[in-house]
Amino acid sequence: MSKILVGLKRVVDYNVRVRVKPDGTGVVTDGVKMSINPFDEIALEEALRIKEKGGASEVIVASIGPADTQQQLRTGLAMGADRAILVQSDAAVEPLAAAKVFLKLIEKEGAQLALLGKQGIDDDNNQTGQMLAALWNRPQATFASKIELNGAKATVTREVDAGLETIEVDLPAVFTTDLRLNEPRYVKLPDIMKAKKKPLDTLSIADLGVETASQFKTLKYEPPAGRQKGVMVKDVAELVAALKQKGLV
Amino acid sequence: MSKILIVAEHAGGTLNPATAKCVACASKIEGAQIDVAVFATDAAAVATQAAAIQGVNRVLKIDNPANAEPLAAVLAPQVAAVAADYTHVFGPSTTFGKDLMPRVAALLGVGQLSDVMAVESAYRFRRPIYAGNAVVTVEAPQDKKLVVTVRTASFQAAPDGGSAAVEAASVNAELPGHTRFVGRSAAATGRPDLQTASRVVSGGRALGSADNFKIIYSLADKLGAGVGASRAAVDAGYAANDLQVGQTGKIIAPELYVAIGISGAIQHLTGIKDARTIVAINKDAEAPIFEVADIGLVGDLFTVLPELEKALG
Repeated sequence: MSKILVGLKRVVDYNVRVRVKPDGTGVVTDGVKMSINPFDEIALEEALRIKEKGGASEVIVASIGPADTQQQLRTGLAMGADRAILVQSDAAVEPLAAAKVFLKLIEKEGAQLALLGKQGIDDDNNQTGQMLAALWNRPQATFASKIELNGAKATVTREVDAGLETIEVDLPAVFTTDLRLNEPRYVKLPDIMKAKKKPLDTLSIADLGVETASQFKTLKYEPPAGRQKGVMVKDVAELVAALKQKGLV
Repeated sequence: MSKILIVAEHAGGTLNPATAKCVACASKIEGAQIDVAVFATDAAAVATQAAAIQGVNRVLKIDNPANAEPLAAVLAPQVAAVAADYTHVFGPSTTFGKDLMPRVAALLGVGQLSDVMAVESAYRFRRPIYAGNAVVTVEAPQDKKLVVTVRTASFQAAPDGGSAAVEAASVNAELPGHTRFVGRSAAATGRPDLQTASRVVSGGRALGSADNFKIIYSLADKLGAGVGASRAAVDAGYAANDLQVGQTGKIIAPELYVAIGISGAIQHLTGIKDARTIVAINKDAEAPIFEVADIGLVGDLFTVLPELEKALG
């Protein structure tokens, strides 16, 4: 039976309106609610469903981040993951380095399948899964909205600009999840208690022997250029007049 | 000097306009030499279209039956091989480019800059993060190849009028057999493509059902517009996934965007903030969409839309 590795990233919660620090050195994260990246939560849910249907023996959640990332990993364990690995790093890790770390974990654990969110809602990079598949020299099925495992193969439906695309891949493989793959389960209180007893190992990047120096340098952060607030019209006649004035109808 | 390779996106023998937008982005780098690579079973027709884009120096066509469908695992080793002679590799930030380019970058052993929205120099770019709530200026090392995806909504397509040479290129790369194309389903709508339409009408959760969503199509047809939807409307099953506009859907920049029954979550606004004129119709006067709309109308869409259609003649 096979193991599934799920990547969980700790990010600013989906509902927080992110603001740039006045001095332009970053975004405000002090006292801001942190959560599992929503796409990664979908990846974990899918892994759990695969295991529940007998398609895997173990679901391992892994994250790269500061010590506090244990909170998100505990949430993952409460959702139903069997164990967790934190690769501790206080510095931000770029996608290529993250992919290298995940590959080490896959090799260490002998995982057959890696499930990741298609992008982190912080940096919006949309890279790690594809890079992991390349380094692993295995198939990738990105933006998955349906995954069917069938022995040593999987059929995956992907959300693409033109509609839906279906591909077949040999396993092992990397899948990245889109929004409509599933709806993640809610965590119940007894599961939170149970999760406290599940194993959570902490490693350092040095333990894995991965080079994670940043390639890119962020010079400054700025708020986006705002749009001017427009006019309110009171009825359809005024709306049509305004559109005509702009030469749009 | 910057030597930039752009990976062409195409389907059915037609070049996707995203490619000319990548050329526009690459042209902002001073003195750049821009080549376009077309991977296909028979790339001749698409290569001819790419050669006509102003600013393109040379088009490489890589014919191979394995390139019949845009499978990232099959294309990436070929792109990486061609990239040997270049300083930069660009692709569009569409699902095609998002799937392919990070795989190329990893094969090259370098990082990628995603969703580039502005060029400051050959190695300095601006890109949005946090669903567009912040914009970062990022510097890349000059001693490494740089892989970039271009946020197409930020660039006007480079015009036609060029006459680049087309050359057949042979690529020495081992192609995997572990990934196979099965099929694609796309609704043939006869309407302008959402990504490139100059006018777009979008519906949100307030439509209430897939059946009610038909009034969005009706208004779109009246305006000759493409159709979009908010994530809420797609999640609820009122509209197909490929209509989703926003952070995780399509990022568009039409001349006219009409948002109907869309509250305006930040994840949606990030997909439309480059639209020239935004019109919002919503019954909630406090809806955040009115903060960004150029023209706002508070009202019940089921009353307003029939009136609007009538007024448009």
